[in-house]
Amino acid sequence: MVKKVLMQTYLWVLLLLLYAPILIIVIYSFTDAKVLGNWTGFSLKLYRSLCNTGAHHSLMNALINTIAIAFIAATVSTLLGSVAAIGIYNLRARSRKAMGFINTIPILNGDIITGISLFLLFVSLGITQGFTTVVLAHITFCTPYVVLSVLPRLKQMNPNLYEAALDLGATPMQALWKVIIPEIRPGMVSGFLLALTISIDDFAVTVFTIGNQGLETLSTYIYADARKGGLTPELRPLSAVIFVVILVLLIIINRRADKAKNK
Amino acid sequence: MNKLRLFFLSRRSWTLPYLIFSIIFVIVPLLLIVVYAFTDDAGRMTLENFRKFLAHPEAVNTFIYSIGIAILTTIGCIVLGYPAAWILSRSNSSYSRTLILLFILPMWVNILIRTLATVALFDFASLPLGEGALIFGMIYNFIPFMIYPIYNTLQKMDPSYVEAAQDLGANSFQVFWKVVFPLSMPGVVSGIMMVFMPTISTFAIAELLTMNNIKLFGTTIQENINNSMWNYGAALSLIMLFLIAATSLFSSDEKSDSEKGGQVW
Amino acid sequence: MQSEIKPIIEVKGVSKFFGEKTALDNINLSIKKGEFVTILGPSGCGKTTLLRLIAGFQTASEGVIRIAGEEITQTPPHKRPVNTVFQKYALFPHLNVYDNIAFGLKLKKMPKDTVLKKVKAALKMVGMTDYEYRDVNSLSGGQQQRVAIARAIVNEPEVLLLDEPLAALDLKMRKDMQMELKEMHKTLGITFVYVTHDQEEALTLSDTIVVMSEGRIQQIGTPTDIYNEPINSFVADFIGESNILNGVMVKDKLVHFCDRDFECVDEGFGENTPVDVVIRPEDLYIFPVSDMAQLRGTVQSCIFKGVHYEMVVLCHGYEFVVQDYHAFEAGTEVGMLVKPFDIHIMKKERICNTFEGKLIDETHVEFLGCEFECAPVDLQKVSLGDVLVDVDFGKINLLDNAEDGMLTGEIKFILYKGNHYHLTVWSDWDENVFVDTNDVWDDGDRVGISIAPEDIRVRVKQEER
Repeated sequence: MVKKVLMQTYLWVLLLLLYAPILIIVIYSFTDAKVLGNWTGFSLKLYRSLCNTGAHHSLMNALINTIAIAFIAATVSTLLGSVAAIGIYNLRARSRKAMGFINTIPILNGDIITGISLFLLFVSLGITQGFTTVVLAHITFCTPYVVLSVLPRLKQMNPNLYEAALDLGATPMQALWKVIIPEIRPGMVSGFLLALTISIDDFAVTVFTIGNQGLETLSTYIYADARKGGLTPELRPLSAVIFVVILVLLIIINRRADKAKNK
Repeated sequence: MNKLRLFFLSRRSWTLPYLIFSIIFVIVPLLLIVVYAFTDDAGRMTLENFRKFLAHPEAVNTFIYSIGIAILTTIGCIVLGYPAAWILSRSNSSYSRTLILLFILPMWVNILIRTLATVALFDFASLPLGEGALIFGMIYNFIPFMIYPIYNTLQKMDPSYVEAAQDLGANSFQVFWKVVFPLSMPGVVSGIMMVFMPTISTFAIAELLTMNNIKLFGTTIQENINNSMWNYGAALSLIMLFLIAATSLFSSDEKSDSEKGGQVW
Repeated sequence: MQSEIKPIIEVKGVSKFFGEKTALDNINLSIKKGEFVTILGPSGCGKTTLLRLIAGFQTASEGVIRIAGEEITQTPPHKRPVNTVFQKYALFPHLNVYDNIAFGLKLKKMPKDTVLKKVKAALKMVGMTDYEYRDVNSLSGGQQQRVAIARAIVNEPEVLLLDEPLAALDLKMRKDMQMELKEMHKTLGITFVYVTHDQEEALTLSDTIVVMSEGRIQQIGTPTDIYNEPINSFVADFIGESNILNGVMVKDKLVHFCDRDFECVDEGFGENTPVDVVIRPEDLYIFPVSDMAQLRGTVQSCIFKGVHYEMVVLCHGYEFVVQDYHAFEAGTEVGMLVKPFDIHIMKKERICNTFEGKLIDETHVEFLGCEFECAPVDLQKVSLGDVLVDVDFGKINLLDNAEDGMLTGEIKFILYKGNHYHLTVWSDWDENVFVDTNDVWDDGDRVGISIAPEDIRVRVKQEER
């Protein structure tokens, strides 16, 4: 019994430590003190000024850019990745292994290598870096995750389903739409959500591919800010909001995964 | 000709768009790192970039120091994370699933915000920033990557192994060291991968945590690229790439060994 | 003489509850030293739970377990003088064959050369000499099985527990291993407790069979006893093939079934008592129609079964399964005869469904967790409140579409009674409902259950003392 209590205590202490920094930010988003740790009474001023786009034009711009990039990159990688997954699933063992390896390179590489390699690509091709290059870069590291979440669904699928559809008179295209896509849809949705979150989260790859045309995403905005010396107060409510949004997204992904398992 | 047509009709050909995309955006860029690393500004073949690295004790020191920090972070994550994963795997499933979600959740908060929050925490507790804060921040950033894979392997482990060990006379301590721990190695190895690799390649994090007092290898690379020293930066990237490749080779060996075991069951 | 030997395992009044569910219900069992005991039953009958209680992986909710006279009910598994062969072997994948087998010996801190000697001896015993340094994952199922046995017996346990050890092997392999296990049991001279759902395996291997169902022991006896004198229709149906029919015991040594009285050898059932009649297919004599025939019928089908023929004979609306060395073509008129001592009479556990319920008003009664409409009840005789409700087996309707019934259930056990099926349906109210029907259902089917108002009989609940 004592052992059990000790174990649970350990877990919760560890969790508390993990959440302590985030909690501090969330708590201090409800006060308008300039410096963290200096509570000057409850206030929603920071939230209000966040909504007031005029006051923080550049921050709002960065937020919009981030969301736009994430949605475009996630959509494209979901399409590209799902099509690729169907292709990979139908490859013979050796080519499948090779494709699987290529697919894991961006995951293994680490952000900095992906970032630098793409930077060198754009530089050598003489492409001006900006919105498009960031989106391309994000597609590069998001697609592998989509492939990895769609492939297991295909492997679970009864391999005779497709043939059964053809046997019943469906054309290959109809069989795809009416049989395969519904089967892999949960994987596609999880892949899309995953791509969305890692795209929003990314910093290293973005820094190398964003160029110097004045484009900013949340990450680069925070980075620039941090180099100037710490978190600007307006980032506290924004972080809190982002945290809550991601929390909700993750709960949705988890629920879906649970449901898929229970099926 | 006919063969080619058949290929385009088959669903295997669906790999093509992604294959082409990967060649352009993954393989060619990696090759470009190699090309830049072995050439100079004028595009001539040279080993000068590597010579420069070896001749610069500062760069070499940063490199070794970064590996050291990464190893310390990894060890810290195992020491703190393994017990957590183990306790979680033994709790009832709906409770542990919620808790594991709580452990993973911080992983999805922007790494810069997390780092700045850690700085804030140290400020708040009036602790000095420095090496201690660096290790704490790194462990804090990456421990979920350690807990999750270990929890997964422990969770999937057939409980009859534990029963078999008990049956053969092992007490709980022996059951753990002789059966549970060795069988959880695949999880530990992927945990090491998922912690060691990002730790070694981070940049900007260390500076924020140490008030610019400590620089890690990732930052060195970034600074060189930023200062238009592309060839030297590429050479440094290549060195890191080798390190990453070596780590993943080591761990995929370990993994395929244990996966063989998994398939039989 | 036999009673002089002290039991090696004694299970007394053991029950095991998982939450609301009763997995084991008051189990009493005593196993003699050196015996080969098989615990036999369908899946979910509690046999594995009983084995796990003896091994110590779970602890009993109630009761006492003794091994070699010592109480071990709460003892952790690593301190018990028993070893287990697991269903899927549970060989440690990170250790090779040698280290798997040496696992227990090394824990006992035995000197290295002793360990080596013992492991070699154990490997020889299971016919796996020279496999010491093989990776366990590279072994075939049968080989893994042998290593698992070697790993257990090398510790020289007093009792070897085997949890369906042959279930994962193919038929041929299983037959071979059965013989080897029997041999091993002889050589080692230790007690084997063997859990299986395969009645043939149980009959082949055991000195004693313990038949279990729904968490209770149904019968304990030698294979011959259990085969020849099954104690109830469940055991009769589970062990070997049987014809099970409804009958009426007219008086001692006279039973009525299939529209005819038969002489038998059983007595003490009282007069005109409904009973189950069990006749083994090989105990029915079949011949061309003659005066000797007790029963006359038409052969429905005839299948060659390797050694004998198996025929289904329809007579007086009942189907009999008959085994004989002679074949009678389908359509042939035949006579049949059964000897008095081959007719086994079993008391019926119940003659209709009886539920505890609550009378709500004159025409409504609540039982099985639902409110049913019933024929008007004479409130002079039965008062509102707690009552007993009787429903005949044949009056319960099962519906394909589970949602259409008043409540739903799952078909758990099917008994063919010659002219109808007797089903046990596990209702979602966690109570068994017994149903007679002519419809064909499968084990595990989800069904809806409904009962017509006029078929519900309400009676006073007697105060039981």
